[in-house]
Amino acid sequence: MTILTVLFDGIAAGMLLFVLASGLAVTLGLMNFVNLAHGAFAMAGGYICVVVVNRWGMPFLAALPVAFLFSAMIGALMERTLYCHLYGRSHLDQVLFTVGLVFMSITGVDYVMGSSQVFIDIPKYLQGQIEVFGLGMSRYRLLIILLCSLITVAVQLILTKTRFGSRLRASVDDTRVASGLGINVNTVFALTFAFGSGLAGLGGALGAEILGLDPTFPLKFLIYIMIVVTVGGTSSITGPFLASLLLGIGDVAGKYYVPKFGAFAIYAMMIVILIWRPHGLFSRAVSK
Amino acid sequence: MSELVNESVKEIRRDLTYLAHWRTWEYVFWIVAFASIFVLPGHYLILTEIAWLALFALSLDLLLGYAGVISLGHAAYFGFGAYAAGLLAKHGIIAEPVLALLAAGFAAMLLGFATSFLVMRGSDLTRLMVTLGISLVLRELANRYSNITGGFDGLQGVIINPLLGRFEFDIYGKVSYIYCLVVLFVMFLIARRIVHSPFGLSLRAIRNNPLRASAVGIPVNLRLIAIYTIAAFYAGVAGALSTQTTAFTSLDVFSFDRSADLLLVLIIGGTGYLYGGIIGAVLFKVLQDVISSFTPQYWQFWIGLILVLIVLAGRERMSRWFDMTRRTALVTLGLQRILQRGGKL
Amino acid sequence: MTVALEIKSVEKRFGGLIATNNVTMNLQRGARHALIGPNGAGKTTLVNLLTGVLQPSGGQIILNGEDITRLPVHTRVLRGLSRTFQINQLYADLSPLETIGLAVSERMRHGRDAWRVLGSRTEINGEIYATLEQFKLTDVMHERTATLPYGRQRMLEIAVAIATKPSVLLLDEPAAGVPESERHDILAAVASLPDDVSVLLIEHDMDLVFTFAKYISVLVNGTLFAEGTPDEVANDPRVKAVYLGGLDHD
Repeated sequence: MTILTVLFDGIAAGMLLFVLASGLAVTLGLMNFVNLAHGAFAMAGGYICVVVVNRWGMPFLAALPVAFLFSAMIGALMERTLYCHLYGRSHLDQVLFTVGLVFMSITGVDYVMGSSQVFIDIPKYLQGQIEVFGLGMSRYRLLIILLCSLITVAVQLILTKTRFGSRLRASVDDTRVASGLGINVNTVFALTFAFGSGLAGLGGALGAEILGLDPTFPLKFLIYIMIVVTVGGTSSITGPFLASLLLGIGDVAGKYYVPKFGAFAIYAMMIVILIWRPHGLFSRAVSK
Repeated sequence: MSELVNESVKEIRRDLTYLAHWRTWEYVFWIVAFASIFVLPGHYLILTEIAWLALFALSLDLLLGYAGVISLGHAAYFGFGAYAAGLLAKHGIIAEPVLALLAAGFAAMLLGFATSFLVMRGSDLTRLMVTLGISLVLRELANRYSNITGGFDGLQGVIINPLLGRFEFDIYGKVSYIYCLVVLFVMFLIARRIVHSPFGLSLRAIRNNPLRASAVGIPVNLRLIAIYTIAAFYAGVAGALSTQTTAFTSLDVFSFDRSADLLLVLIIGGTGYLYGGIIGAVLFKVLQDVISSFTPQYWQFWIGLILVLIVLAGRERMSRWFDMTRRTALVTLGLQRILQRGGKL
Repeated sequence: MTVALEIKSVEKRFGGLIATNNVTMNLQRGARHALIGPNGAGKTTLVNLLTGVLQPSGGQIILNGEDITRLPVHTRVLRGLSRTFQINQLYADLSPLETIGLAVSERMRHGRDAWRVLGSRTEINGEIYATLEQFKLTDVMHERTATLPYGRQRMLEIAVAIATKPSVLLLDEPAAGVPESERHDILAAVASLPDDVSVLLIEHDMDLVFTFAKYISVLVNGTLFAEGTPDEVANDPRVKAVYLGGLDHD
C-alpha cells in the first residue's frame, strides 16, 4: 500500500462521510437541533438496500435511489410527527430524545434483521481493481468518489443557484428575518430534513461495503458524523466537506500507519481542533 | 423602627436558610435506605449496584442539574476511578479499601481538573463532542495498554482486602452494601452542603444566565471548572466502589452506553434536587431487573423508548414538580410573614 | 470633583469596520451623565467595551485610577463597575431574594464558600433586606423571577446592579418596554440612586435624558460628536441637524 493508495482510500472514505453527514450539518445550522440519531437514517438506507438487492434481486445501482427515497420518507415522517415538537426545547432534551431513538433503532433492526454484519451483493463490474497511471484503484471506491462528487456538486448547486437554496440560506442566517420575508421556515426545514435523511440513507447504502453494516451502525458512526459537523461548522457546506476529507484521510492513514492506536488519533485530533476553534475549523468568526 | 428592620433581617436569614433545612421526608428517606440492610437481606447484590449507580448519578446531577453542563462522556471519570481502584488493589499499592477509594477518587478528580479546561470552551454541542471524545480516548488508551488494563478481557485478579483491616467482604455482599451505602450517604451530605452554599447558588445562577452571573462578579469559568472537578471526584469514587465490590472492571466502563444510561437514571429521578439520582438509580435497576427477566436481549430498546417518552411527555415540566413544591413552600412562608405584619403588603 | 471612569482614546474595529472611533470621555464622581446617539451609533459596543464583553483594539479604560482595560467581566464588577442590560438578564428559576442574596454574597467574596449555608451571615442579610426594600421587591421576593410582571423584573434588573455596590453604574435604557403604569416606579428608582454612585445613562428616551442628566455626550457613527450640559447640547445646531433631526425620521 503506497501513500497514494492511502490517499485514495482516504478520499473515498471522506466523501462518503460527507454524504452521510451533510444533511445533519444543514439541519443543525438551520434549527440548532442536535440530532444524534442522524446515523439511524443512514442505517435504514443501508438495510433497505440489502433487502432489495440481496432478496429481491434489484440491480445495485437501481437500489441506490430506493435507499435515498426510503430514508427521505422516514425522515419526513419523523420530522412531521416527532422532531417538530422538539425545536424549541433545550439541547439536553434533544440529546436525550435522539439518543433514545438511536437505542430503539439499534435494537429494532437487530430484532428484524439479526445482529450480525450484512453485506450487499456488489455486481461483478464493481469488484476488483483497475489500473490508472500504474496505480491500482478499487473500482468500488472509484464509484464512491464519482457519485459523491456528483452529489456534492448537486448539493452546492441547489444551495447556491435555486430559489429553494436561497430560502434555505436565508433561514439559516436568521430564522426570524426569513419568516418575516414570507419564507415558510417550517416547510423549508421539513424538506431539508427529508433530503438530508435521504442523503444519509444513500451514504449508508454506498458505505455498507467499506464501512461495514450492522445494527450498531448509528452509534459507531455517530462520533464520525458529529466530528464532521462540529469540526466543519454549520455555516456553509464547504466546512463539513473539507472536514470530511480530513477525517477520512486521517482515519485511513491512522489505521494504516499506527494500527495499535485505532481511532485514538481521530478523537485526539477532534478535541484539539475544538479547543483551538470551538465553533469549528472552517466557521466564520462570530463577532456579534 | 430599627426593631422592625432587625426582625426583617432575621426573616431574610430564616428564608434564605429555609431550603437548606432537613425535611421530614428526607429523614424518612434515609431511614428507609438504611433499613434495607435488615429488611432485604437477599438482595445485597442489586442494592450494592444501586448504591454506586446512585452516587454516579449524584455526580452528574451536580454538573447537569445545578451547573447545567451537559456531558455525554461522564463515564470517563467513573471508568478512571474504576481502573485506579482495581490497579491499586491488584498490585497492592494501597491495600486498605477506604484509602484506595479516596485515592481513586482523587485520581479521577485530577483527570477531571485537567480535562475541565477542554470542556469549558465553546457551545453545548462542542461540550457534547469533547466529553464524548474524552471517554472514547480513554477507552482506546485502556485498550492499547492492555498489558496493564487487561484489555477486552477486563482487569483480572483483583483481590480486595478487608475494609479498615477488619471487615472481610462476605459472599452475600452484606459488607459491600453497607460500605457503599455509607459512602453514598457521606458524599450525599457533602453534596447537600455544597448546593446550599453561596457557591452552590452561584452554579444555579450560571445555569440560568451566565451573562448575568458574570455581571454580578461571578467568575463563571472558574466555578464551572470547580464543579466539574468535584463531579469527577464523585464519579471516580462511584467507579472505585463498583470495582471494589465486584473485584473486577472492564473496558465497558468507558462506553457511550454507560454515559447514556446514566443520563436516563438521572432523568427518571429528576435533576437539580440531589435525590433524583438516587431515586432514578432504584427505578432504573428495578426496571432493568424486570425487563431483562423476559427480554434480556432487547433491554436497550426499552431504555430508548423510555427516554423518548420522557422527553415527549415534557421532562422539564416533570422536573419542575420539585421546584413547584419548593416554591409553594416559599410562597406560604411569604404569606405567613405578611400576616404576621398585620396584613400589610 | 474627581474622575470615576476615564475612557482614553478607545477604539474598536471589526475587520474593516470601525465601531468605536477614538472615544475619549470622563465620567465624574457622582455624575449623572447621559450617552445618547441615533440607532447604530455604537452605544452598545461602547458599553460592551467598558464592561469587558469586548476587548478594545486600542486605548485605555481607567476605573478609579486603575487600568481595567484587560480585566475580565467579573473582575471589573468586583472593582466597582456594574451595569444593567437593555433586555432583562435575570435568573428565571431563582427568586428575587436569591438573586439579590447571591449578588451581595459575591461582592463580599463569599462565592467560593461551598460549605456555609447561604444566609447564615447576618451582615449580608441586612443588606439584602435593604436592597429589596429600596426597590419595593419584598412582597415578591419568594416568587420565581420568570413569573414576575415585566415592570417588577425591570426593577430587579436595577436592584441586582445596585446590590454589587458599584462606584460606576451603566444604565442601558432602564425604562425600555416598561408599561406606562409602571414607568413612574422605574424613574423614581433611577432618580433615587445613591449620590456617590456615578451613573452613565444610555438612553433613547429624550424626556428621561433631560430630566435625569446633568451632562450629555452624543455619539454618532462611533465617534464622540458633542458634549456639554443639557442646555448646550439641546441648542447645539450640529446636534440638532444630525441627531435630533434624524430622530424625526425614526
